[in-house]
Amino acid sequence: MTSTCLPLLMANIVAAPDDPAAKFIRLLTVFLLAMWVGFEVITKVPQRLHTPLTSGSNAISGITAVGAIVAAGSLASVTGTLFGLAAVVLAMVNVAGGFVVTYRMLQMFSPKKK
Amino acid sequence: MSSQAWINLAYLIAAMLFIVAFKMMGGPRTAVRGTFLGAIGMAIAIAASFFEEPIREAVSQGAGWSIGMLLVAGGIGAAIGATMAVKYPMTGMPQMVALLNGFGGGASAFVAAAELWNKPLTARLTGDGDALTTAALAAARDLAPWTQFSIATALAGLIGAVTFWGSLVAFGKLEELPRFKQAWTNPNRHWINLGLGVLVVILIGGVCVRPDWFILYVLLIAAGSVLGITLTLPIGGADMPVVICLLNSYSGLAAAAAGFVIDNSVLVIAGSLVGASGLILTAIMCQAMNRSLVGVLFGGLGTTTVVSGDDVYAGKIKSAGAEEIAMVLEGADRVVIVPGYGLAVAQAQHAVRELADALEKRGTTVEYAIHPVAGRMPGHMNVLLAEADVAYEKLREMDDINPTFPETDVAIVIGANDVVNPAARTDPTSPIAGMPILDVEKARTVVVVKRSLSPGFAGIPNPLFAADNTLMYFADGKKAILDLTAALQKK
Repeated sequence: MTSTCLPLLMANIVAAPDDPAAKFIRLLTVFLLAMWVGFEVITKVPQRLHTPLTSGSNAISGITAVGAIVAAGSLASVTGTLFGLAAVVLAMVNVAGGFVVTYRMLQMFSPKKK
Repeated sequence: MSSQAWINLAYLIAAMLFIVAFKMMGGPRTAVRGTFLGAIGMAIAIAASFFEEPIREAVSQGAGWSIGMLLVAGGIGAAIGATMAVKYPMTGMPQMVALLNGFGGGASAFVAAAELWNKPLTARLTGDGDALTTAALAAARDLAPWTQFSIATALAGLIGAVTFWGSLVAFGKLEELPRFKQAWTNPNRHWINLGLGVLVVILIGGVCVRPDWFILYVLLIAAGSVLGITLTLPIGGADMPVVICLLNSYSGLAAAAAGFVIDNSVLVIAGSLVGASGLILTAIMCQAMNRSLVGVLFGGLGTTTVVSGDDVYAGKIKSAGAEEIAMVLEGADRVVIVPGYGLAVAQAQHAVRELADALEKRGTTVEYAIHPVAGRMPGHMNVLLAEADVAYEKLREMDDINPTFPETDVAIVIGANDVVNPAARTDPTSPIAGMPILDVEKARTVVVVKRSLSPGFAGIPNPLFAADNTLMYFADGKKAILDLTAALQKK
């Protein structure tokens, strides 16, 4: 896997930074490699932990907050900023709620102090 | 190093932390630390985003208040999310996860909307004199037909909208709101979905060709929203684990698509990790029901075959009360408890733990057999029993515990039905034929706690109830178990 991907990665990094096609393929490489890492890591999670896994990954999908902050904070237009702010609120509900729920669930799995 | 390089480095660290977090979620001992690492990664990524070029530029032009505005908006969202997460009862976890999922998807659709709205404005910006600024040049190039920007925007909007509305419907169903009680069984629904699907494809093409026509994006969101609703409405309660996993996957893919919109690798990495995890869980859930994903999404199980329960049950049902069952349990060395969604409905998890304690005090071994699709989300039963302080080690997975049923004295089935239906193995014409089940009928005695003989989700009678070694205990799950524990303690 690495032997085939590395030349591809290198080729993309070396390519002109403002070449849109090279930029796209670079992101696509990241996307596919991350998918692959995801498959590898997650197939090993036991069934018993599937609920915390679901809610934990759910929290991480709130990463779109990063995009939301940039979109809202650039203040390019009123409408665009309002869209961005809506995204910030929704994404942060997802992030905070997701992590707190996961933590609460995992607390119940931990050995109980009686 | 340029400031953009530092920001990218922070994103890289965050992405690495996410991967390690996923890895650590694989073990019960490391899962809590994994969650913390994930949260730290998120905090780093969010902090770094405040230093992105467009924000610094806005601040340098005197709009320092925008940072405050972002913090307030983020704070409001975080406060709402954390309050919901703390206040919501643990038994409502499937709904809660569904709802949070939807918000993530909705956020991605809004990010794409903001970018799409701003892009033509940026493209018209000129620098000193008549020379176009670099940002304006880049924006103008992105607005050409079929660019990464326009395709990713269309996909982020569509997936986000489907995720948002699909999750809201899933929430309504899991919360058992009256409006969602009846599954939507309009015979024309496949045609409606097909029509919407075609419309969506056309609109995606439209956004890709004319990204400067914002109305096309609005229409795409509208069509995607309706599609999210019509796709989720017909899906029955027992298939919810699949839907939750799939929506989870979608919310990740929407975030990844948003990453392509703004050329941000941390969004792409985190989004695709979530997308992969959701897809794997979806596959596992489908496998556990021996159904294809297409079958779950478009099937409508139980609407075609209606088998009468009368022939199966006639004269063969043996009913017993708490006293009689306590007597059976008294002589048991090994008891296996098989929970299902009914346990969650009856809120009987604490009562079950007390029964297990009473049995263990008498020297009986007690274990729990967990079917992968028992409940309404992956691992639902595990969370429920963990809430009642049942030790993690006693919860056994299907393949692990099935060989032990022949040596089991009593199997107590609480609120489970289809996952213990032997027809899946014996009757090839049964709608659930081939679905892996828990082999409870091989136990010496089977006690089924159930309110009535009404069929399970699949709408088919369960021969287990009529088996020679089965005792039916007709009562509400919680009360039944409490009475049973009391009767046992009197012995």
